[in-house]
Amino acid sequence: MLLIPCPHCGERNEIEFACGGQAHLERPGPQADATRWARYLYYRANPNGTQRERWFHAAGCRRWFNVERDTASHEIRTAYPMGEAPAP
Amino acid sequence: MSTAQSRRLPQGGRIDRTRSLRFSFDGAAMTGHPGDTLASALLANGVDIVGRSFKRHRPRGIFSAGAEEPNAWVSLEHGAHAIPCAAATQVELYDGLIARSLNCWPNASFDLGGVLDRFAALMPAGFYYKTFMWPARAWGRYEHIIRHAAGLARAPLAPDLERYERRFDHCDVLVIGAGPAGLAAAAAATRAGARILLVEERAALGGSLLDLDAAIDARSGLDWTAERTAVLESCARARILTRASAVGYHDHNLVSILERVQDHVAPGSRMRTLPRQRLWHVRARRVVLATGSFERPLLFANNDTPGVMLAHAAATYAERYAVRAGRRAVLFTDNDSGYRAAAALQAAGIEIVAAVDRRPATSDGINAALEARVPILRASAVVAVRGGRKVRAALVAPLDASGERLAGAARSFDCDLVCVAGGWNPAVHLFSQSGGKLRFEPAIQAYVPAQSAQQERSAGACAGTFSLLDGIAQGEAAGSQAAFECGHGSGPVSPPPAAPRRSSNPAPVRELPSLARSARKNIFVDILNDVSAADLALASHEGYGAPELAKRYTTAGMGVDQGRTGNINALAVLATAQGLVLEQLPTTTFRPPYVPIAFGAMAGRDIGALYEPLRRTPISDWHEAHAALMEPVGAWRRPACYPRAAESFAAAVRRECIAARNAVTLCDVSTLGKLDIHGPDAVRLLDMLYTNDFSTLKPGRARYGLMLKDDGMVFDDGTTSRLGADRYFMTTTSGHADAVADWIEEWLQCEWPRWRVFAVPVTTQWAGILVSGPRARVLLERLETSFDLARERCPFMSIHQGSIEGAPARLLRVSFTGELAYELYVPARYGLGLWQRLMDRGSDLGIEPIGTEALHVLRAEKGFFVVGHDADATVSARDLGAEWLISRTKSDFIGKHSLSRPELKRSGRLQFVGLESDDPGIVVAEGSPIVAASGATSRQHGPAAAIGRVTSSYSSPTLGRSIALAMVSDGLARLGEAVSVIDRGTPRAARLCSPRFYDPEGSRLHG
Ligand SMILES: [Zn+2]
Repeated sequence: MLLIPCPHCGERNEIEFACGGQAHLERPGPQADATRWARYLYYRANPNGTQRERWFHAAGCRRWFNVERDTASHEIRTAYPMGEAPAP
Repeated sequence: MSTAQSRRLPQGGRIDRTRSLRFSFDGAAMTGHPGDTLASALLANGVDIVGRSFKRHRPRGIFSAGAEEPNAWVSLEHGAHAIPCAAATQVELYDGLIARSLNCWPNASFDLGGVLDRFAALMPAGFYYKTFMWPARAWGRYEHIIRHAAGLARAPLAPDLERYERRFDHCDVLVIGAGPAGLAAAAAATRAGARILLVEERAALGGSLLDLDAAIDARSGLDWTAERTAVLESCARARILTRASAVGYHDHNLVSILERVQDHVAPGSRMRTLPRQRLWHVRARRVVLATGSFERPLLFANNDTPGVMLAHAAATYAERYAVRAGRRAVLFTDNDSGYRAAAALQAAGIEIVAAVDRRPATSDGINAALEARVPILRASAVVAVRGGRKVRAALVAPLDASGERLAGAARSFDCDLVCVAGGWNPAVHLFSQSGGKLRFEPAIQAYVPAQSAQQERSAGACAGTFSLLDGIAQGEAAGSQAAFECGHGSGPVSPPPAAPRRSSNPAPVRELPSLARSARKNIFVDILNDVSAADLALASHEGYGAPELAKRYTTAGMGVDQGRTGNINALAVLATAQGLVLEQLPTTTFRPPYVPIAFGAMAGRDIGALYEPLRRTPISDWHEAHAALMEPVGAWRRPACYPRAAESFAAAVRRECIAARNAVTLCDVSTLGKLDIHGPDAVRLLDMLYTNDFSTLKPGRARYGLMLKDDGMVFDDGTTSRLGADRYFMTTTSGHADAVADWIEEWLQCEWPRWRVFAVPVTTQWAGILVSGPRARVLLERLETSFDLARERCPFMSIHQGSIEGAPARLLRVSFTGELAYELYVPARYGLGLWQRLMDRGSDLGIEPIGTEALHVLRAEKGFFVVGHDADATVSARDLGAEWLISRTKSDFIGKHSLSRPELKRSGRLQFVGLESDDPGIVVAEGSPIVAASGATSRQHGPAAAIGRVTSSYSSPTLGRSIALAMVSDGLARLGEAVSVIDRGTPRAARLCSPRFYDPEGSRLHG
């Protein structure tokens, strides 16, 4: 069980959170072509290594935020609020 | 069986001889002493056979003195306190303990299943896989035999009445194992100022020092242990958990620990205020693993015979428990540690008939006194034992210079105990679970921790440091370094020893030569799972020689003991079969739990009523008091119907439906999801969430809306009403209330964070009562309300805020039943009172409460779909015939883009239709496949392809016939077509039709 550093509450157990998958997906506008729309809907990176993903502190502050996690070691490098860029 | 405690030594041992404990094994009464394990007490009472083997029902005896035990698995107690499977070596004896052997009938000593051993050839490696691959009918012949024989124990039939707890905790340094290295680590970390938790599997601290004492700094190991224990017990920063096994090492230094709080107490004497077991989840900043090591057996024919025992275990029984495991012993060793054990046996008066040493050269450390008194047979091996039910003799043969072939005839030594000392395997299970990488260390012929993946370090025997003093030094260094990394102390005083690994000079782990090829089927590598050297060789021969494959093919290492005694030997045998040596093969993966855990401990208190919080509406008490049949709807319990005395379910639903169509009914709809949506961007949000247009909704009006996910599939539906300029009241389905609230929140936070709108779930703030039926208006007019119910001023799809019977209220004129209907919402605390008032005032109008089943029938008669019942996540808005709900003017809404995907526009998609069976009395089963009318009768072309399925099916009291809803391929274009429904195997003629069975013009709901 991961220990997730919520930017608003601090470190909490994974059971308080829900994972929302890959972060920084951009929802195409109505004019987007089918390929772009399909990429947004169905295509996800599956890296062996660093991945940015969004998490929801469901049993805590009820806020979404982003996490940078290593999918192999599960190391969480950083967590940052929605709408912000990760610390370098 | 011998007389009481016939094998107990007259003196010695760390047991309390002043008290006797009674217990029974397979019905026979026996006694032991406090300090005994069940295993030591059984041995003291002369019990040789403690069970039968899993597959071949061979007699088996106690093999070890710890968690590695492959044989002595027993069931304990009975009824509500039954424990199906426990290692006798880890069970603390208590007065009144009841134990039974496994895998045998009528008992371990005389087992009718023993004939299975004669047919060993019928169950070779991969038996299960091969059986499944024979013709299908073969499995039918074997199934009942295998089902009966499968499993190590019987699951208890009675519910477990014990209480279990789960606990979360934290510490700076978690030390696992309280042997010499662990105690040293814990004391050092505590001294440095860290908050520590020391976890020990057994009842007392000391680890190996409790088995065989050893001098440390000119005092006894037991005194040394007592000093360290006193230091820890006097410090508030240190906590000690005994009778606790670390069972899992998870991500981010989370270790789960099973604490056996009261397993050592007789069930009748356990404290009610304490649980039987407690499962801890400890998040530690640093972990020190000091989990010790396990002795390896050596392999020879019939090495599973009772009387063959690990050398350290035999010595432990003699020294710690004052039990003589035999009178005449043969020691078979390939390293120096075997001689320490032999000395302990001699001290207990056990004769060492021969010491058989596999190694060719002279070795250091051979006990001089032992050498003086017994013949040491160098470059020799035990190749077989004789005896069957108990060892009677060991056959010893000389080895050639390579050590891999026999160099002469075997000699027989009469004995009743064969002690095997094949070196030591560090207990790297938790290290491996943590993600750490192992490395083969030739000096000790074993795998040791090499590269950490988490914040832990190993110390002592589990790190491959077998020397006592080195292990203590390593523990101290690990403890102080871990504390330092947590911000305490000044780091290790002296650098940790470079692990000199004072070796016991082990011989390489290899499969030993046997007398005959056929003997290999009786050389047991995984004793618990009856996996022989022949099985492993066969697996290798058949292409399953890679360790992870061989493990599954033969089940080696897959028993409850996780192959602690067998795994390394299994690798050696596999290596031999492939012309390799052990270290050339990869090891298999260690997985939690390290020891078996009761399901109860995992569940903790989350069972029965506490499994999930039960949601109740403000009116639930009334439903229960009026004999409602409650059914689960998500976390809610809702009335399915309200049967009267002796009334059947169907009759109750029928009566409720008739009342709804002819009089007036109440339905508790408090479970509907409710959201308060307000802010300047509220309508912007609604227009994104719903497929239809909400910008044109005027205050005081309500609109039905359909929500999609971005893939175009239906997600939820409900009614949203406009209360004011920037304020809306949204209702969702009961089952999706939380999902919709979370979903809106995700969009608002992640996609539209600047929109000025809040969506606040208010589901439980409001009680909801659906008043439905032609007499609904009459009923409401009898109440004291501020509402003008006149048809012109309170039309269909309007909302009104006011009061009813003095309570603030919202009145929403919508209809899910197809009749004149009002949804009344009042603050939750008024819900029950309003319900009762309505029931009172409606008594002469024929009022009835109705449940969810009648509601389902009524809506099906109207052809209203239910998301989650008729539609799942593969159904699009268009598939539901809801084209009219899709806005053509909005530039965007969730799911819009996907509606133009070719997949959603293609022909052949399942579409929502009605279905009438030709026989109006037949109610086909929901889920029944639908085939073309011709398909059901023509069998020569094989099974007919399904063109759809029934999603809802009821008997309609209003229409006097059965009705059904279905999803059918191109269904909307096939209305009127004859089809066949395969109803529980029977074809039923039916016809596709419009789903609007009742009042298709909707004149009644506008009433
Ligand atoms: Zn939070």
